[in-house]
Amino acid sequence: MNKLRLRYSKTQRAKYISHLDLMSTMQRALLRAEIPLQYSQGFNPHPYLSVALPLPVGLDSTCELMDIRVTEETLDLTGIAQKITACLPDGLEVTDCYIPAVKFTEIAWIEIHGTLIFDSGPPADAVAGLRGRYAQKSILISKKTKRGMSDIDIAQHIKDVEFLHGSNITLSAKISAQNPTLSPDNFISALKGEYDELFPDYAFFSRKEIFDSNMTVFK
Amino acid sequence: MDIKLERILRDVQKPARYTGGEFRQIIKDQAEVSTTVAYCFPDTYEIGMSNLGLRIMYGVLNSIDGCSCERVFSPWIDMEEQMRISGLQLYALESGKPVREFDIVAFSLGYELSYTNVLNMLDLAAIPLKSSDRGDEFPLVIAGGTCCFNPEPLADFIDLFVIGEGENAAVELVELYRENRSRDEFLLCASKIEGIYVPSLYDVSYNPDGTVSGISGQNEAALPVKKRIIKDLDSSYFPVDSIVPSTGLVHDRVVLELFRGCVRGCRFCQAGHITRPVRNRSVDTLVSQGVESLKNSGYDELALLSLSTSDYPEIFQLCDSLMQYCEPRRTNLSLPSLRADNFSVELMESVQKVRKAGLTFAPEAGSQRMRDVINKNLTQEQLLETCRVAFEGGWNSVKLYFMLGLPSETDEDVVAIAELSRAVLYTWKQHARNKSRGVRITVSTSCFIPKPHTPFQWEPQIPMDEYLRRVDLLKESMRSKAINYNWHSPEQGYIEAALARGDRRLGAVIEAAWRNGARLDSWSECFSLSRWLEAFETSGLEAGFYAMRERDISEILPWSTVSCGISKEHFLREREAAKKAAISPDCLEGCAGCGMQECVKGGAKDEAKTKI
Repeated sequence: MNKLRLRYSKTQRAKYISHLDLMSTMQRALLRAEIPLQYSQGFNPHPYLSVALPLPVGLDSTCELMDIRVTEETLDLTGIAQKITACLPDGLEVTDCYIPAVKFTEIAWIEIHGTLIFDSGPPADAVAGLRGRYAQKSILISKKTKRGMSDIDIAQHIKDVEFLHGSNITLSAKISAQNPTLSPDNFISALKGEYDELFPDYAFFSRKEIFDSNMTVFK
Repeated sequence: MDIKLERILRDVQKPARYTGGEFRQIIKDQAEVSTTVAYCFPDTYEIGMSNLGLRIMYGVLNSIDGCSCERVFSPWIDMEEQMRISGLQLYALESGKPVREFDIVAFSLGYELSYTNVLNMLDLAAIPLKSSDRGDEFPLVIAGGTCCFNPEPLADFIDLFVIGEGENAAVELVELYRENRSRDEFLLCASKIEGIYVPSLYDVSYNPDGTVSGISGQNEAALPVKKRIIKDLDSSYFPVDSIVPSTGLVHDRVVLELFRGCVRGCRFCQAGHITRPVRNRSVDTLVSQGVESLKNSGYDELALLSLSTSDYPEIFQLCDSLMQYCEPRRTNLSLPSLRADNFSVELMESVQKVRKAGLTFAPEAGSQRMRDVINKNLTQEQLLETCRVAFEGGWNSVKLYFMLGLPSETDEDVVAIAELSRAVLYTWKQHARNKSRGVRITVSTSCFIPKPHTPFQWEPQIPMDEYLRRVDLLKESMRSKAINYNWHSPEQGYIEAALARGDRRLGAVIEAAWRNGARLDSWSECFSLSRWLEAFETSGLEAGFYAMRERDISEILPWSTVSCGISKEHFLREREAAKKAAISPDCLEGCAGCGMQECVKGGAKDEAKTKI
């Protein structure tokens, strides 16, 4: 039994594929690519596919990770990424395939980029206002948890927040990947209420990179 | 992607069904494309992508040099609302191009309750609904599929209908379209192609009582228009390298089409009549198509499709060969549409080595008399014997489908459904391998809908309250807790019955219903009977006239503009036989003389004999 890690991007139209649908889409693509998948034992055998950080629908990413198990100990990994990509729908692309050394639990931070769109143009001093908001010592948001909605302070769970003014406002930030898991939606929900005029009419985000707690790129 | 669309997708359920981009969608180089077809399925993506007809026609049209076919589905209510608010026109999934910019807009009509979706999709595409309101600047709007065997209710909206199997007719139509004629000239030329019905070339007149008094064709238009069939399925196109969706479908699996047509002559069944004669694919073709489809798709389920799978002559050989490929690859082979009278259980056992899914049978009626009336050719002994084998083999769940309101049905026949179900339960008690797990017997009833081109095409549908009375009667007769009884509401069936046997005047009703908000009518959560009844009223018509009236055999039936190849004499003979509860042989036993000219002389039996 051999564990393999796939790094892939999920962009363009593929960003609307839900996590659950992604699992079957990947499974079928791997079978089409004739990857010797390892199946679970038991009544209803299924291949082992495990995604590091499920991506919310509508989010772009160029740094997704998925672990799979294959039956062959010595699988030739050269060209395997291209082989799988050739079997994937538009917008899904495997960029790397390797034997993993670390577990997903080591992932700590996600770098996100975003564009905030205001239908009637960004409000005056928006960038200053946004910078001010995210520099505060305490940033309370309301987040859905297993027990329902609860208020959490995300100030300790975001860093390197930067806003830039262009035709739209763009941002980059690093947000906590696990414990708690923050999404870009959580991130901008800090603008709801008191900062409503800074809350965009529409925003799109991408995941750019993932890091461990030492801010080393997670492989 | 279009930013307008991206913003909408944030707010709708299951956005992946609106994006396209699936594996193996076909996008052609626009520089090499001269004819574009928007293949519109008038229901949601999950339903449409499960449809084999769509996959066949998509492949056939895209195989034509310089012809590009893209898919379009009906948006769900939330998506439609967002599209209307933001002014986003209906677009094709592959390119995102507005449907209005295509040359040909082709609808697939599989069920009557999708008619309002056709209008809704035209409207969302900013194409005028009525054929007569569309000039040369608009796409040609055509339709194919089962419902075209009564094209009249949509005659106002569709420029031409393809009657019967569309594989060859579609190619001929595209070729003709490329000769660059004006719309009217094109339609006139198209009407000379076999199987093409151009409704604007026919005049229909009515008697004061609302029945049709005459149908006449202009410019030597064929009357009736004869359906098209594919003579040899082995050499016809089959989509072995079809699109693999990235989001869940209703039927998410590889499908193999075993044969078209049906040797049985069940008198209520439209599919069994309009798809005659029976044409089988060979085992070799099916096995290679199955293996190739599985390899190309990565699916882990393969379903055998036909009107009656256990009637495929070499079914065991086929299943054995497929299992040799499927079993080591953890691929399930599923067999819907099995008859309860033959070796179905044996067959199920041969393919379901691990999991035992439930068994589903459709005896259709409870009493022997009633089953003879509909020519189901199934005895209670056969059904119970099948159940006995199943229970002994470890199955503990059976679903039984019935119709209420079949011609000549009495209360005794209704109660017989309960008796039959009890007999199945008793069979379980006697023969179950392991009784501790209990048994689940599910009985479902729906209201019989008389359909065109069947021996019952002259029969009335029973009123809705009468159906409900029979449901109550049946409910009272079902005593056991092990038997679970479900019944379908008769409301959708009533409108389906009216549309199924409607004439051209129903165009106004469909349009009025759509303007009242009717769409996605096949979804019970979207369907509203009052919306439809109101539409009938504003159009000065009555649904009951179409659904519940017994037609005189001398009446000109609205759908006599098209022919499925079976003679009126045959339908009348079968109708008389039904009145006497007399059964007719299936095509393998003897020829009932239905008049199907393309059929092997003397019925399918001769063909079967020559094979032996």
